[in-house]
Amino acid sequence: MVVDVMKAFLLGGCICIIGQLLVDLTKLTPARIMVIFVVTGVVLGLFGLYQPLVEWGGAGATVPLTGFGNLLAKGVIKEIEEQGFLGVFTGGVKSAAAGITAAVTFGYIMAIISKPRIKS
Amino acid sequence: MANRLGQQTVVLDKPAIILGGAGIVGKKEGDGPLARYFDNVIDDEYAGEKTFEAAESRILMDAYVKALEKSGKSPTDINLILSGDLLNQCTAASYAFRDVNTPYMGLFGACSTMTESMALAAMLIDGGSVDYAVCAASSHFCSAERQFRFPLEYGNQRTPTSQWTVTGAGAVILGKDGQGPKITAITPGKILDQGIKDSNNMGAAMAPAACDTITRHLMDTGRSVDEFDMILTGDLGKFGSEMLRDLMRRNNFDLKNKHKDCGMLIFDLETQDVDCGGSGCGCSAAVFSTYILDMFRQGIVKRILFIATGALLSPTRMQQGETIPGIAHAVLVEA
Amino acid sequence: MVEQKAPGSQIIRNLLAAFITGGAICAVGQIVLIIFEQVLKADKETAAASTSIVMIFLGAFLTGINIYDNIASFGGAGASVPITGFSNSIVSPAMEFKKEGYVMGVGAKMFLIAGPVLVYGIFASVVAGLVYFIWKQVM
Repeated sequence: MVVDVMKAFLLGGCICIIGQLLVDLTKLTPARIMVIFVVTGVVLGLFGLYQPLVEWGGAGATVPLTGFGNLLAKGVIKEIEEQGFLGVFTGGVKSAAAGITAAVTFGYIMAIISKPRIKS
Repeated sequence: MANRLGQQTVVLDKPAIILGGAGIVGKKEGDGPLARYFDNVIDDEYAGEKTFEAAESRILMDAYVKALEKSGKSPTDINLILSGDLLNQCTAASYAFRDVNTPYMGLFGACSTMTESMALAAMLIDGGSVDYAVCAASSHFCSAERQFRFPLEYGNQRTPTSQWTVTGAGAVILGKDGQGPKITAITPGKILDQGIKDSNNMGAAMAPAACDTITRHLMDTGRSVDEFDMILTGDLGKFGSEMLRDLMRRNNFDLKNKHKDCGMLIFDLETQDVDCGGSGCGCSAAVFSTYILDMFRQGIVKRILFIATGALLSPTRMQQGETIPGIAHAVLVEA
Repeated sequence: MVEQKAPGSQIIRNLLAAFITGGAICAVGQIVLIIFEQVLKADKETAAASTSIVMIFLGAFLTGINIYDNIASFGGAGASVPITGFSNSIVSPAMEFKKEGYVMGVGAKMFLIAGPVLVYGIFASVVAGLVYFIWKQVM
């Protein structure tokens, strides 16, 4: 169990290092880097190349945005298997449903109860 | 009657007298090296208001009231207010002065607004159309961030060349008579665009404009750098100041130890985590209206060239791939 | 001259900070996943979805108590790449633009920063789906 946590730490850290390299060495804005990560996750997920990372590193692969992309790809493939062509349109959002809904919900709640403050 | 000198400079026949000034700043600025010079430091970023924009109007209004008080003038003495800020529609200034019952003209010069306003007011006073004017400018870290960059709570990492938008407002009262340092000449600046695309490196965008205006002033007036006690830029910051030095050297001018920058004076760059220093209209306005005027009062300085520098960027144009033009206006202040 | 003069980024320090921060957040995610799978005995899919929800809540909460931006200031990409960063990018504009009202402020601007992630993620998934579907027909 502790080994799993360590593996997650290692893999997650490495993926984030790639992100930091992009920030420091290129002129890419954070928004563009997030897009690159999610699309990369979709592409790797489509060809089954991300799954080994998930099996090895668990949350270290699923927590970063690439994991979100992988989730979208896996969802699309699953829905196509089960629903045929319609799955192309339903699969992605279906698998991301929990994440998107949670983001909207908690975002709204936090907006109600919290106030932005200047960085200390 | 004013006289044009050289290519760009205007020498004033009837110098405008700076009768008094006041600066109100935020907490971070209140923790900086110039703390004791400011007239007031607000408790938090909301300054008792509901929104950051209202807070910025509040500190601008307070600086105006305090400056009037210190100059011994009343609101009815003022013929014209020339003011501006960084926000869309110059909303901080327009709302700050909506209830003062005085003619108001809004300005946009980005961070060069303070000297733009002082230059215009001085020309109007010299020409006789205005007896007493208010020159003021403000900026607020939070209102600037939400318009130009990111929401406050967003987790972005600042780059080493970035600057911290000062939460501050400064106001000076200019008059045709009275006691105080005088504005004896002005050099309005041209817009210079050297192709900088990084909105986190405004020092680089503004340094060429500062260099151009300073060079113009020196060549038009025939003065050398040694004749000034200080050549004070608004907010080039650490990186922009180094660039200015290099650019001036290419024009055969050595700034020696005469150059100071309000963005580097208002914060302690070592301890206050502001990367290259402060920026924003409020930076030069607050520093000049308090610290610099105090230096004149104490006789520490007798001749200063004050050049507020502005980056005329627009988030929309930047997203469209445009670069950042810079501008710098100079006013010569003499005891 | 700008290239010469720009202060060198403290790249090594940034990489290390990103590694530690990103690793720590993922480690937390792993612990949450373990709790769902082993303690609450959830099946794989439920555990994974629940972990996402918890991580998103964590990012939202830390943003709400004004801490997440400090974490990101230190950790850089280590804070923006994980799903907590996605959450932060939604919660921070929601909080910021509340002043402009709940409909045009919070509602309209919530996805100001994260919008592209959803647009491109979903669009990419459609393209991936098409590729997969066609490949299946051909095989």
